[in-house]
Amino acid sequence: MNGVHDMGGMHGMGPIIEEKNEPVFHNEWERRIFAMTRAMGAWRKWNVDAVRHSNELIPPAEYLRMSYYERWMAGLVELIVQSGLTTRAEIESGVPVAGSVKAVPALTADKAAAFVAKGLAASRNVNVAARFQVG
Amino acid sequence: MTPDLSQAHQHEHDHQAVPSDPALRVKALESLLVEKGLVDRAALDALVDAYEHKIGPRNGARVVARAWSDPAYKQRLLSDADAAIAEMGYGGFQGEHMVVVENSAKVHNLVVCTLCSCYPWPVLGLPPVWYKSAPYRSRAVIDPRGVLREFGLELPEDVEVRVWDSTAELRYLVLPERPAGTEGMSQEALAELVTRDAMVGVAKVSVSKAGSAA
Repeated sequence: MNGVHDMGGMHGMGPIIEEKNEPVFHNEWERRIFAMTRAMGAWRKWNVDAVRHSNELIPPAEYLRMSYYERWMAGLVELIVQSGLTTRAEIESGVPVAGSVKAVPALTADKAAAFVAKGLAASRNVNVAARFQVG
Repeated sequence: MTPDLSQAHQHEHDHQAVPSDPALRVKALESLLVEKGLVDRAALDALVDAYEHKIGPRNGARVVARAWSDPAYKQRLLSDADAAIAEMGYGGFQGEHMVVVENSAKVHNLVVCTLCSCYPWPVLGLPPVWYKSAPYRSRAVIDPRGVLREFGLELPEDVEVRVWDSTAELRYLVLPERPAGTEGMSQEALAELVTRDAMVGVAKVSVSKAGSAA
């Protein structure tokens, strides 16, 4: 997508601000949205390209206003709604709709380390001849 | 999965244009996902702990120190970074495919992700805010020498600057130049000198920076 996220070469974004001794996370909610996004990936309902796309759907003015992890939150909400794991109404109310079935099994703590170590490669081994000539 | 972008945008406007306190929204989202059985709180704690305490630039520093000390390892690192980094026990999320680029007296490498924040997590941990910020992402590719100057690094004109734009699929790690005066130092002592910034390419490694590694 040719959107605001494609920032390479843009002018006017201001000086680079370095924070000395920056912590990994600045707030508890950043920790939680980070971890939820990673853990929800374990359901394999989306891949890295879908995650990127969910971020690129954020309207440009919103994208520039939001902090990094606010964009993660917007992206995660979009992915879980689109994949049918929750409804938009549930996100807004914060509670499951009546009669919704509890999903099992979530990623558990004992499997989290192995999940991190394995990763989810974006590459695919597809046996297809390129339609262009290299050179 | 992209049926109609204009509709998707409208959809986003409807639901995301009203900012509210992110802390409250994240809390509500977590309790919803826990209640639906979609996440386990202990697993979330374990993921946070991994990136706050286990996976960070010390990993990359050990890789660099070994490459400085072991020429055969350095060759493996430059020709197949994934395998060489895995030898050290590192790999996984957001580092499924990595490439190591080597600095020299004549070439300086700088890593950016213009599209967002791609970064080699297994060896550097999570990226700092400036790496994910609009100023760095926009300018690193159009004015790398200016960017380096902002970080306090002035490169001679005859040094070639190579900028690597990361993607979700491929992440880069800079192998900095080994500073003079470190002959005979152990790998452990060398690793202490290597900073995160040097492995992104916005700094050089210097002996005087020992102990202030980011």
